[in-house]
Amino acid sequence: MSLYFTKEHEWIRVDGDTATIGISDHAQEQLGDIVFAEVPEAGRKVSKGQEAAVVESVKAASDVYAPVSGEVTEGNQAVADDPALVNNDPEGQGWFFKIKLDNPGELDGLMDEAAYREWIKTL
Amino acid sequence: MSREVHNGPTDETQARGTPFSGDPHGGAGVETRQLDTLPLDTWHRSQGARMVPFAGYEMPVQYEGIIAEHLWTRENAGLFDVSHMGQLLIHGRNVDAALESLMPGDFRAAADMKPKYSLLLDESGGIIDDLMATRRGDDFYIVVNGATKHGDIEVMQNRLPGEVVVDYMKEQALLALQGPRAAEVLETIVPGIGQLGFMQGGPFSWQGHNLWISRSGYTGEDGFEISVPGTAVAALADAICAHELAKPIGLGARDSLRLEAGLPLYGHDLGLGTTPVMADLSFAINKRRRADGGFPGAMRILAELQNSPPQKRVGFEIDGRQPVREGALVLDGEGNEVGKITSGGFSPSLQRPIAMGYVATHLAELGTALKLEQRGKLFDARVAPMPFVPHRYHRKGASA
Repeated sequence: MSLYFTKEHEWIRVDGDTATIGISDHAQEQLGDIVFAEVPEAGRKVSKGQEAAVVESVKAASDVYAPVSGEVTEGNQAVADDPALVNNDPEGQGWFFKIKLDNPGELDGLMDEAAYREWIKTL
Repeated sequence: MSREVHNGPTDETQARGTPFSGDPHGGAGVETRQLDTLPLDTWHRSQGARMVPFAGYEMPVQYEGIIAEHLWTRENAGLFDVSHMGQLLIHGRNVDAALESLMPGDFRAAADMKPKYSLLLDESGGIIDDLMATRRGDDFYIVVNGATKHGDIEVMQNRLPGEVVVDYMKEQALLALQGPRAAEVLETIVPGIGQLGFMQGGPFSWQGHNLWISRSGYTGEDGFEISVPGTAVAALADAICAHELAKPIGLGARDSLRLEAGLPLYGHDLGLGTTPVMADLSFAINKRRRADGGFPGAMRILAELQNSPPQKRVGFEIDGRQPVREGALVLDGEGNEVGKITSGGFSPSLQRPIAMGYVATHLAELGTALKLEQRGKLFDARVAPMPFVPHRYHRKGASA
């Protein structure tokens, strides 16, 4: 199992050909209190860079982009029901959706965890 | 993840796309301009504030989190730094009559030390700013919005007669202590403050510093606004926050509190394109001024009072959980655009989205079902009474 991060502050946990996607702790902290989350339905095809989910805090509405292409296998109903889960456990139970990867090669060039945590210090 | 839209905390600097704290890109690519600091700048940072550009200053948007701060203010006492607002002292011969040439308030009959809400108007009745004006003996003490204060001063200086002088009290800081426990907290610091009635002010003293305190605010709760010399404001803020019922509250919660209270925000819900009647602020024009006119845009405003304006500011309750924010369109049953949302967000007290905006007057009746459109998505909404959360202002004689 490996963990990747994007410069758009998504994380991707890859297990075989399935990727679980959420937003980073840094992103939730920047957003502040999250009051709404919309996740994609299973079966939806998403391509890399396309909007796949919505997250809204008291202050702002943001799209969560699909960092890799594939078919959504599950949206996390728990964050839609209780959006504060994204604040409380962003990189764990606060995941947004799972994708069956079309092309694992798209993961190349993404940051690993250490690189991401270093990079956000420079922001 | 990418930010698509944002709103609040509270000011037109935000609407112009100034970077804000929730922007994961840190406002990259947005032009930065020179920001001033307020007397409490260091104090805010030491309290853990997240600072954002606002009205030309760096200001605290939040400390521990907007929802927690919001709920704290509804239950206890929240301390807001509103030193960005403009405090003016206007004086000179016949100052009351002179002010009536700029605003629709009844300044001649204004009682001493009683703050009155009024509006600075342009020649067509559009709102240049909204403000609080208090007669203090021969002078008027006026508090205007931060982002508009320099323009307001210019308008006043240009339009007031030569013998009326506008002093900008830029050495004064301004605090607001708001919430059901505010009087209890402030009484321990400024004894006797509990004697003030709602919308009443007076001079007080604290550790040798002169304070001007009024029982007023912008949250719908009981509370006070405290004008204090900038040199003393950090010590006063420390003294207030030493009380276990008081905490500093940022601009983010200030915005959500005033929205729940149904109070309009200049630059969003009020502007040059809105008149006091459209904005549902006709209470600020009393019988004498309606009869006599004599304020800018009187012809249009009096006609609107008579015949109702084309559009009106109303509240909206929205189905579902998703916030509908400033800029969303209001549509009628046939999909025609009939208005616009000017403020909207998630209500921490009600745990649901609320909004205010303008709608064609024939659709402004309470309960009217309308659609809101935001980013291509439609929301079911109804015209709803404001305030969304009942006001709990202090009534004299009521127990504390």
